[in-house]
Amino acid sequence: MIRLRRNTTTVVPTDRIINLLLSFIVCSLLIAAASPAHAVRPDEMLADPALEARAREISRELRCLVCRNQSIDDSDADLAHDLRVLVRERLKSGDSNEQTIGFVRARYGDFVLLRPPFAIGTALLWGGPLLVLLLGAFAVARLYRRRDVPVPPLSAEERQRLSAVLEEEAPR
Amino acid sequence: MIWRRWSFALPVVIFAGLAAGLYYGLQNDNESLPSALIDQPAPTFQLASLPGHEPGFSSADLAGHVSLVNTFASWCTPCRAEHPVLQALAATKRVPIYGIDYKDKEDAAVAWIAALGNPYTRIGADDGRVGIDWGVYGVPETFIVDRQGRIRYKHVGPLTQADLERKILPLVAKLQK
Repeated sequence: MIRLRRNTTTVVPTDRIINLLLSFIVCSLLIAAASPAHAVRPDEMLADPALEARAREISRELRCLVCRNQSIDDSDADLAHDLRVLVRERLKSGDSNEQTIGFVRARYGDFVLLRPPFAIGTALLWGGPLLVLLLGAFAVARLYRRRDVPVPPLSAEERQRLSAVLEEEAPR
Repeated sequence: MIWRRWSFALPVVIFAGLAAGLYYGLQNDNESLPSALIDQPAPTFQLASLPGHEPGFSSADLAGHVSLVNTFASWCTPCRAEHPVLQALAATKRVPIYGIDYKDKEDAAVAWIAALGNPYTRIGADDGRVGIDWGVYGVPETFIVDRQGRIRYKHVGPLTQADLERKILPLVAKLQK
């Protein structure tokens, strides 16, 4: 009985499999084709494409302080809009990328940077993964070393006991 | 081997450490961000007035005395909650309060002040740009500015009477000495 049921369920019509595969492929293509949504409004964009590209690059580095886990490039918050406009104004007035980011950072602090700078306060943040890796390596090394402890040679008494056992077991 | 003997307790110790860390995180207010402008000179700005509340508010108004600078907006609900606290503080005349009306509609702001009272010595209407110079990321925020025009403290969120008594007024009194 059990075998019979198993057989019936495993037989799936091939056209159903093909359908499933096709829909999977279509879904994947659609997901791949959809570009990530950005919050930049057309009226914010600069006419100069090179400058606009720099503005986008900077905007992706700056945190939206309202939503916290989005960049100002992604966020629809009012403040993010204002900061995007500000970034573009700074660029238009001739600021470098660093100067523009520095301008925002001077007002909102390091928190506004999505990539925090390496400092004493962030050492653990940056060094953490390496620290965990080293700890893991240490643990693995210890484990292997314990396994490789050489077996001490048998003492005379042990050898005697061993040969006694072997003799007993040996076929006559 | 003492290590062998007690290693069974290691997961418990790790868990206890984690729990303590997370508990601390829960108790800790990590919503309000520290200001990058503490001990920095307040920004230079010139804000237009709301109709009927001339003149506006500019950085020159802050010179020579300790002041509170409060950002508010008529659309901001916590500001409404904080307003009676500001009114009461203004009535004591212990420290002048300056208002930055943040990203607001003029008539809405004027109506709001007419309805709730005006605790402000000066009010300036800001389209958001001066707010950025002050590092504002949400209203209400309140700053304490010292005699030399430096920002000494920032409070994020609505002020309560307890905030005033515990933090704001002692610091104001210290700076006024």
